[in-house]
Order: sequence, then structure tokens, then C-alpha cells
Amino acid sequence: MKSLLHGRMGTAAGFTLGAVLLLGVAPAVLPAFNLALLGKFLCFAIVAVGIGLAWGRGGMLTLGQGVFFGLGAYIMAMHMKLADASLFGGSGVPDFMSLYGSGEVPGWWEPFRSPAVTLLAVVLVPGLVALVLGLAIFKRRVKGAYFAILSQALAAAFAVFLIGQQATTGGSNGLNGFRSFFGFDLKDPNNKLMLYMIAAIVLLLSLAAARQLMHSRLGELLVAVRDQEERVRFLGYDPATVKTVIYVVAAVLAGIAGALFVPLVGIISPADVGVIPSIAFLIGVAIGGRATLLGPVLGAVGVAAAQSSLSSTFPSFWVYFQGLLFVLVIGFMPGGLASLPALVRRRRRTPSAAATHEAAVEPAAAGAAAPSPAAPDPVSPTPAAPDPEARRKATTSEEVSR
Amino acid sequence: MELLIGQMFAGLSLGSVLLLAALGLSLTFGQMGVINMAHGEFMMAGAYTAFVVQRAISDAGVSLLVSIPAGFLVGGVLGLVLEAVLLRRMYHRPLDTLLVTFGVALILQQAARDIFGAPSVDVRAPAWLQGNIELLGAPIPLTRLFILGLSLVCLAGLVLLLKATPLGRRIRAVVLNRDLAETSGVSTRRSDQLTFFIGSGLAGIAGVAVTLIGSTSPYLGTNYIVDAFLVVVAGGIGQIKGAVIAAFSLGVLQSVFEYSTTASIGKVLILIVIVVFLQLRPQGIFSLKTRSLA
Repeated sequence: MKSLLHGRMGTAAGFTLGAVLLLGVAPAVLPAFNLALLGKFLCFAIVAVGIGLAWGRGGMLTLGQGVFFGLGAYIMAMHMKLADASLFGGSGVPDFMSLYGSGEVPGWWEPFRSPAVTLLAVVLVPGLVALVLGLAIFKRRVKGAYFAILSQALAAAFAVFLIGQQATTGGSNGLNGFRSFFGFDLKDPNNKLMLYMIAAIVLLLSLAAARQLMHSRLGELLVAVRDQEERVRFLGYDPATVKTVIYVVAAVLAGIAGALFVPLVGIISPADVGVIPSIAFLIGVAIGGRATLLGPVLGAVGVAAAQSSLSSTFPSFWVYFQGLLFVLVIGFMPGGLASLPALVRRRRRTPSAAATHEAAVEPAAAGAAAPSPAAPDPVSPTPAAPDPEARRKATTSEEVSR
Repeated sequence: MELLIGQMFAGLSLGSVLLLAALGLSLTFGQMGVINMAHGEFMMAGAYTAFVVQRAISDAGVSLLVSIPAGFLVGGVLGLVLEAVLLRRMYHRPLDTLLVTFGVALILQQAARDIFGAPSVDVRAPAWLQGNIELLGAPIPLTRLFILGLSLVCLAGLVLLLKATPLGRRIRAVVLNRDLAETSGVSTRRSDQLTFFIGSGLAGIAGVAVTLIGSTSPYLGTNYIVDAFLVVVAGGIGQIKGAVIAAFSLGVLQSVFEYSTTASIGKVLILIVIVVFLQLRPQGIFSLKTRSLA
């Protein structure tokens, strides 16, 4: 009975509640300005769903989601620029091109005149890039830190590339000044509401998809790959395929989020897709609980809301706060807020065992939500003995605290 | 011919900066498994140390010679604090160290902005480093030659320390087999701390060196950190000779790419080269031979 409540029924109830809140309550209660902001946060939440899958469930520390976000966003932005140019300018050439470039639309922009091609490309381009990269990286068993650094380098190179191509990508200004979205006027409040609704529906759909994925065989395999990749390989599965599929899913989600971000926010620039924004996507996921379904979404929305309210009034304080969040959450509460109930319960039951953060965090992480600390250690030369290692660390930190 | 030598030297010079940045990483990342994103900010701290020292000692030559050990000390102490406060709890979660140290990097960057201001500052190069020498007709800036020399001296010092001193022997023992080293009476705590001190100190020296070829801003670290990590990855984790080869080849490749295309496309090409290279040798140029599966 209880398991039923927590199982399918609970999920369905939670999903309905979320849908009512996002689609019914929020548009009714929030003023237009805040609703647009919420729409932007929802885009980050969609990215977070993908990161939760890849990083939380799959152990792939992907520091390059900004690339896929940017691919989706720039594809959408190119379409909107071209559409605006033919709707309002008449010449069919986006304004900034005649400013910085030859005044001709480059060939690789042309396909995005068509709305259908654009919508397809928003999904396919990030997906294909992730597929090629994922196969190249995971099939050769490049993993752990190597993968994290490569994905970060990808984000760095992408941002440098965009900045360098002033005449065709808008350089560091990015693409902005959009007036219409598939023929709808972006100034019209009704159309703004529609955009928000689309973002909310996409988020709900991606949550539903992620939930199904987590409970599928693939999802189980994914967690197994995270915790003991070699064992999964010996059982006859190919971990590279599992990881690549999830990496592609995460990339597609990020691409769609980017495509929604552009009409909602009205600008996309290299500052939204480089190394720092790519890592910043992770902090919300970590706070909410990286391996849970809802944690990343709530965390991402929470962090984005905090950022938009704090960073304009106290810019310096916000950076310190963001840095501290990384240090405190990842360092001392790797399971995120989702692990808090388990943490408190454990502390109440055995107060002595919870003498330090460390001692309390580790068993909790091994239990329910968080990734286990016994996950394969990619750089240690002796991965065969993660347990004595962890135990040794736990004892030393207890000794110090006394 | 002049052009070729000029380009080759530009590449070697870039490589020497990369090497200085990557040597410390090779110790902390390669040997201890900690991915220290704040390494770039330790460089920045070294660069600002040079700036502060020059304000105290107006003679540019003396201040440079004082800055190098001072930068080492500043970087090293920062690293020591980071290790003692945060990282030693996290050796069994190497990927998470990346994110924690990224938080530290954000804090250090903002601190630099608050202390020294967001605009960049300049450190004067001493008179004996201004000007060029001619090498087969190509002008070679003396500052870059100095950095090349400094990186080689640091490299020699590090190798000597690791191979020829008892401390180095202990560090290598801990890297090869932590449990066995501990059972044999090596204090792994002390060796961890010293490794981190030296690795971060090298970042400080790298920071002092780059003040000679550019201005210093709070964002100095972010410009180098990704490239430095790529050097360590391409060279093979924990392999100093791999890092040397990787740093100089990446430096030369990058200057060739940038010369024949543009700076931004050059960056993208470098990344493609590294991904393709890792297809051929997933463990980097050199790899530690163990029987483990990872």
C-alpha cells in the first residue's frame, strides 16, 4: 500500500500537481515580467533534467552542456533573424551582417530560413554532435576526469569560435533584437504567455520521459555503469552504448532548452554557452540532488531565481555565494537537499556515527539517492580497493574532529 | 626561413607557458587525482604577487627575482590551505573535487576583483629583458626566452626533487601504492600536503612568468586552465615527460594553426587534434603501466 503511494500513484499525483502549478497557478498569479523570468528558469530546468540523467544517474560529469544549449539556441536565433529580416527589412539579410560582414547571408545560414528545418535541426544537430563525440569518447573508454576535461574544452572552444566569427555569428554580442517567433509578434503579451506555456509543457514532457528512462532497463544499466563499469562490461553489456544514448538524450534536452531560451529571453551570446555557464548548470543539479528526478529541476529553478534577484543588487556577493554553494554542497552534501531527510534520520538514530559531516554523508550517499562513493575511481592506480580507501578517509576525519 | 623560425619560437614560447602551468597540475591532478580548477587562480595569485612586489620594490629587475620565490610561496600556501580545509576529505571522489575547486576559483576571482579592481594591471619587465635577440635573422623577444628558460629550470628542479631526494621518493611511493607506502611508514598525509604545496607553488611561478608577456587581470587563470588540463590529459596522467612533450607540441601546433587560419579556428582545430589523438592513445602519450582495469 505504502509502496503504491510512493510508486506509480505518487508519481502521477506529483506530475499532476506540477502541471497544475506550472500551467494553471503560475500564469494566473505571476505578473507578466515574472512569468517571463520563470520561463527562462524553466529552460535551465530542462537542461538540468538532462544533466541529472548524465551526471547524477550516469556518473558522466559533463561540463560542456553549454555547447548543446548554444547549438539549439543559435539555430533558433538564426532562423528568427532570417525571418525578421524578410518580414521587416525586406532585404532578407540580418541587420548585424551588413554591419560587420559582406552583407550577404553565408551558405550555412540558408537552411534555417525554413521553420521545419529549424525545428528538426534544434533536435538533430545537438543530438548528432553528442552521438559522434560520445561514440568517439566512450567507445575508447575515455572516462572520468578525461571526459570531464574534454567536455569542458569543447565548451571553451565553442565560445572562442563564436566570438571569432563576428560577421556570421554576431561575435561576443551574440544574436539579439528579435521581433517575431514563427510569425508571432514577440511584443504581444499573449504570445509571451504562449512561449512560457510551451517551456512549461516541454519541461513536464522531459520530466515524464526522464522518469520513464530511469525506471527502464536502460536506466538500471546506467546506474550500474556508474557504480561498476567493469562489472557491467563483464556481464556482457556495452557500457559505451548506454552512456552514449544518455549523453545524446541530455544533449537533445539542452538543445531544446536553448531553442526555447532565445525567444523567451531575446538574446543568445557566447557568455551564455562558455565554460562558466556550462559549469553553472551543474550547481542547481547538485543542490537539488543530482541522482533524483525532481531535485535537478527544483535546484536549477532555485539557483536561477536566487541569481536573478541577488546578482543585480549585490553582484560581488552573488559570486562569493555561488562559489560557496559549490564548495559546501559538493564538498559536504554530495547528495544535495534530497539527501537531507535521510541524513537527519540517520543522525537521530545513531548520533555517534554522525560525528562529522563526512561520516554522515557517506552512508547516506550509499543508501538511497546519491551516487555511491564506491563509484569507480578513474584516476587512482588502485581502483580495486575503494572500500578500505573510503574507510581510511572516514576514520582520519573522525580523529581530527575529536 | 625567418618566418619559420619565428613561428617555431612562438610555438615553443607558448609551449613553455603551458608547461609552467601544467607542471603543477601534473603533480596534483596526475599524481593525486585531484582536479584542481583553482590552479588557474593560483597562477593569478602569483601574477598579482609580482604586481604587489613591484610596488614595494621599484627596481624591475630585483622585483622580478624576488617575485619568483614569493609567487611560489603564495601559490603554495593557497594550495596547502585548500588541501587541508577541503580536498583531503575528498580524495575518494576525484570528480567532485573539480566542482569544489571551481567554487574556490570563483571566490578567488571575485576576491581579486574586489582587491585589485576589474581592469587589468601591468608589471614592468626589467630593462635587461627588453628587446630582442636575432636568431638566424628572426627576432626573438628576450622575455619569452626568459620564460622558456624558467620553465626548463622548474622542470629540472621538479624532476630532481622527485627522482633524487627522499621526499621525492616518498611522493612517488604514495602515488604508486598508497596503502603499501603507508604500511611501510611513509606519512601519506605529509606527502599529500607537500605534493600539493609544490604543485600549487609552481602555478604561482607560472603566474609571475606570464606577467612578463601580458597584463594581469582577475580572469588570467581561466585563460590558461583549460589548455593546461588538455596538456596533462594528452601527456598522460602523472607523466611529467608526457606533459613536456604535450606542452611543446600543443604550443607549436597552436601557433601553426593560428598562423595558417585564425585564432578561433586554431583553438577548435587543437581540440579536434586532441580528441583524435585520444582515439589512438586513450591514456595519453605515456601511461602508467598497472594491472588495474581502469
